[in-house]
Amino acid sequence: MTTTASLSTEVVSDMHVHHGQKKGFARWIVLAILLVFLAATLFPFLLAALNAIKTPADYAANGPLALPHSFDLTALQNFWTTVDFTRKLFNSILISGCTAILAVVLSLLNAYAIGIGRVRGGKALLVVLLISIMAPQEALVYPLYYMAKQIGLFDSMLAVILIFGVLHTAFGTYLLSSVLTTFPREIIEAALIDNASRWQILWKVIVPVLRPTLAVLATFFFIWTWNEFLIPLVFLVSNNNQTVSVAMGVLSGANTQDPTAIAAASLLGVTPTVIFFLIFQRTLTRGVAVGAVK
Amino acid sequence: MDKSQNAGRAGYYLYMIPGMLGFILVVLVPLIANFAISFTTWKGGNIAPRYVGIENYQRLLADTVFWSSIQHTVLFIISMTIVPILLGLVLAAVLFDYISAQFSETWSSFFRAGFYLPQILPLTAAGVLWAWILNPVGIINAVLKGIGLDFLAKNWLGDASFALWAVSAVIVWVQVGYCLVVFMSGLARVDPSLYEAAELDNASWFGRFRYITIPMLMPEIFVVALTTLIAALKVFAPIYVLTSGGPDNATTVPSYLSYYHFFTTNRVGYAAAIATLQTVMTIVLGIAFLRMQSKQEGGR
Repeated sequence: MTTTASLSTEVVSDMHVHHGQKKGFARWIVLAILLVFLAATLFPFLLAALNAIKTPADYAANGPLALPHSFDLTALQNFWTTVDFTRKLFNSILISGCTAILAVVLSLLNAYAIGIGRVRGGKALLVVLLISIMAPQEALVYPLYYMAKQIGLFDSMLAVILIFGVLHTAFGTYLLSSVLTTFPREIIEAALIDNASRWQILWKVIVPVLRPTLAVLATFFFIWTWNEFLIPLVFLVSNNNQTVSVAMGVLSGANTQDPTAIAAASLLGVTPTVIFFLIFQRTLTRGVAVGAVK
Repeated sequence: MDKSQNAGRAGYYLYMIPGMLGFILVVLVPLIANFAISFTTWKGGNIAPRYVGIENYQRLLADTVFWSSIQHTVLFIISMTIVPILLGLVLAAVLFDYISAQFSETWSSFFRAGFYLPQILPLTAAGVLWAWILNPVGIINAVLKGIGLDFLAKNWLGDASFALWAVSAVIVWVQVGYCLVVFMSGLARVDPSLYEAAELDNASWFGRFRYITIPMLMPEIFVVALTTLIAALKVFAPIYVLTSGGPDNATTVPSYLSYYHFFTTNRVGYAAAIATLQTVMTIVLGIAFLRMQSKQEGGR
């Protein structure tokens, strides 16, 4: 299934007519049960937010479940400055952004050859690329670590960008090839008659049509890279290069500290993705389905 | 004409050079190197690795920590694949054929988004959040004490008999949303008249679930099962953050074990053997699954 196909199914589901009659109280009970489930799912977020703004004394006196009797941003400020959160955010944005662009470009070039060029062995290459998705990162990490040390890319954000750029390309190639195999040939033939080169066709004909799909893909790569842990943990050893995800992971030994400080840390750790989620909710929920079905 | 067409096609290979070069350098060479390293003892760095044949594998098969890590993986397959799929199916069906019909599309999208949220957090941030909740002086225990169930309060992550269940619960929390979202998009292609016909025949909600929803969603269930199985075999960040494999290796998994030997004990050859076995397991499972899927599709 392609993105366009999934868009159309979404339209169908929006038009999906209401079947069955509205009956009695049962439906309110079902709704209430679901709301309880949802509240339980979202409760950790609420708890983190509630406790992050308490003073340690308030927490000690009234416990974690009480509404805050005080409003105190010291815990948040302390965490922000001790881990240099601004820097971590910047690193995460830089790494995820560059990775997303690199992976989209590599996927597009691969898919152009496979989907439009119909190169011999294209299908076989798609199968081979699956190795990037299946192979556990543990099986790649030490040789990559050793290689990076040899060529001076250890503790460099560039190494992480290159690695994830390539790893995510497998998924992107898969998705875009299937979109491009169904690309209308007439458009390309018309462009060829106008003497457009392949390079021009790719950038002036195909990319504009594909822009929405490419944006979904980039959103995905961005968030995947943001959440990655093992490889950034191994590669980004200096405090200055760490991402938000690594900074949170390294914090794990500290769970005996002041509880309001941990609440503040987890609140700040989840906030960027929650914001991202609120902005791209539809893209993400739609995209995950596209990825799964293809 | 055939010739010129072939020559024309060959030109497209140029476009694959960057991607393939990257694949070779980042995936293929490291994977082969890791396999080769698994037949050596190596402390890493500039000391040359020494070939020892299958010694690492022999030692590995006798390593009780490794075997318990495999057992834990089996449990994580339950909490990452089976339980989320079951919960996701029920939730998706309720949202799709009940909530959106009885209330509105907006309500069901709202629920879908809410359940999906844990899925997109960095696992490390989710881990810190949960480590704080499961702390001996954390929320769970505070609630239990608050409602007079003091005896149920535990050191959830620090007690070997509970840590595995606590970690599993966190993983379920993370995974349900993924299954839900995929299943709901699958349901969007089910013809509503199927449900209407079933309703006219007085089929119960469970009957519709059993005979319409589940069979229609088989392709999605397969894909979700495959992707979550692969993820369960690789699970690393939640373990690292919540328990570091402890207490007493009670929650260790192959990924954590190989990470530990690569970078803490510097037994690189041994760690590479673990990673290799893990790769083999993943690929065998993946192929078996894809086979089953194509068989199922062929049978329809």
